[in-house]
Amino acid sequence: MQNLIEIKNLEHVYTDTDGNEVKALAGVSLSIAKGEFVAIIGANGSGKSTLARHLNALLLPTAGKCIVAGMDTADDDNLWNIRQHVGMVFQNPDNQIVAAIVEEDVAFGPENIGVPPAEIRTRVNAALAAVGMTEYAKHAPHLLSGGQKQRVAIAGVLALEPDCIVLDEPTAMLDPRGRAEIAATVKKLNREKHITVVYITHYMEEAMQADRIIAMENGKIKLQGTPKEVFAHVKELHAMGLETPLSAQAAYDLRQKGVKLPEGITTGEELTEELCQ
Amino acid sequence: MPIKLENVTFTYMKGTPFEKTALQNVSLQIEKGEFVAVIGHTGSGKSTLVQHLSGLLHPQKGTVCVDGIDLSAKNADAKKARNSVGMVFQYPEHQIFAETVYEDIAFGPRNKGLQPDEVDRAVRDAMAFVGLDFETFAQRSPFRLSGGQMRRVAIAGVIAMEPDYLILDEPSAGLDPRARDAVFTEVMALHKKRGMAVILVTHNMEEAAQYASRLLVISGGQIILDGKPHEIFTGHREELVAASMDVPQIYKLADCLKEHGLAVDYTPQLAALERQILALRRAQHAD
Repeated sequence: MQNLIEIKNLEHVYTDTDGNEVKALAGVSLSIAKGEFVAIIGANGSGKSTLARHLNALLLPTAGKCIVAGMDTADDDNLWNIRQHVGMVFQNPDNQIVAAIVEEDVAFGPENIGVPPAEIRTRVNAALAAVGMTEYAKHAPHLLSGGQKQRVAIAGVLALEPDCIVLDEPTAMLDPRGRAEIAATVKKLNREKHITVVYITHYMEEAMQADRIIAMENGKIKLQGTPKEVFAHVKELHAMGLETPLSAQAAYDLRQKGVKLPEGITTGEELTEELCQ
Repeated sequence: MPIKLENVTFTYMKGTPFEKTALQNVSLQIEKGEFVAVIGHTGSGKSTLVQHLSGLLHPQKGTVCVDGIDLSAKNADAKKARNSVGMVFQYPEHQIFAETVYEDIAFGPRNKGLQPDEVDRAVRDAMAFVGLDFETFAQRSPFRLSGGQMRRVAIAGVIAMEPDYLILDEPSAGLDPRARDAVFTEVMALHKKRGMAVILVTHNMEEAAQYASRLLVISGGQIILDGKPHEIFTGHREELVAASMDVPQIYKLADCLKEHGLAVDYTPQLAALERQILALRRAQHAD
């Protein structure tokens, strides 16, 4: 697999309003392969969102390099091209919806980059179908549920036909059904349309869907690996102010109490199977 | 000393084509000292409900009374009653406005007519309570703080008013697990120490199970379930799912164990579930 994103020794230093220098990213190196599903976890202020904002040049490195689809984000000429490769979805759907009709909102991106009208129609239809919102094409976005609005926001990004979608806590404001809708939509886009996904979340159960989890602390990558590998580090994750999925926590606690259980248990099914052997 | 809603109905944009009834004939009584979680999907009416509890909205039909005083009245008693209900909004930055943390927290007590030395005491107490060091934070701009710190300033501003009822609207959205725990530890301490009632609006079933002694499920502008969280999560799953809600992970883990013949009881506490698993295994090995 070819790498879509190559980050080398990335640093991001900014001066806060009190005049202090803050190092939000302190030397991050990372490759993300085409078609990969990466989850990023970390405490507030660990640098997750700063890292994500480098992936489509919303922020630029103060040291190091960020290469997206072979293009350096620091080169101004690449900016629009990079943003068509990598789309962003944020926490609050109300802040990213611009139009009064769902399909017009989804058409906004392709219109802006000068896609011919007939193709816009095709792209909008395809994008709404991909997130399961076709029947709401003519609806007003503000009357939709949170999960539906967030799916419209994802469709708006899809209409630009990106290789990669970066989602920054897309479910933080949603009810349980909305969360499940977004998790299923993102997984489907990754598995069926092979879109690379970078998914920031505080919900460990959502991070479990990823191929790889990256855990950040103080602007650095502290742990990474498959969900099983990362969630085996229960103590380290707690020290970072993070949780582990409930079943991983239970397996850890039971092991401490002398129950023989293998490493890498993350789901209720796995825990139950091991306990019943 | 309760908050009492009687037959409250509220419709947004009444008399227009966009008319939407958010509360439909709702009656509810919350006693001082209760910890009530309110869950419901987006648009279910839960925000409208808590805005009635705090007197930010007045019912179009029905009444809202705090300790027997109608919140919609225009007199000193009603104002005092409204002041006894504090509300922390989902976005703390929406309720923070002053140039320094001190001024922000002092606003409420000053408005209430306290003397300068009493205001100072209220601010110091409130900051100590939410774990914001006075020397470090009092003179800083609240807008330059992290999300978790801002939320603490918002909570401090509300508790400086010494409310009898505290409404928290999604206090943990966007907070990491440690910041979430810190906020709830503070709220629980206040709840216990002052006997303050807490009304928690949340999308997080774990929080509802862990902290609340009573759970309200709102759907279609009505309270469809009202009871102990444990009873609702074990006995009313179908209604919960129909209302776009869910049960906490720990109940699902217990399901999984039960399906495989491990006869555990449902519990909201992980430690309690683990004790049951250990006991079952000991019994198995003894056979």
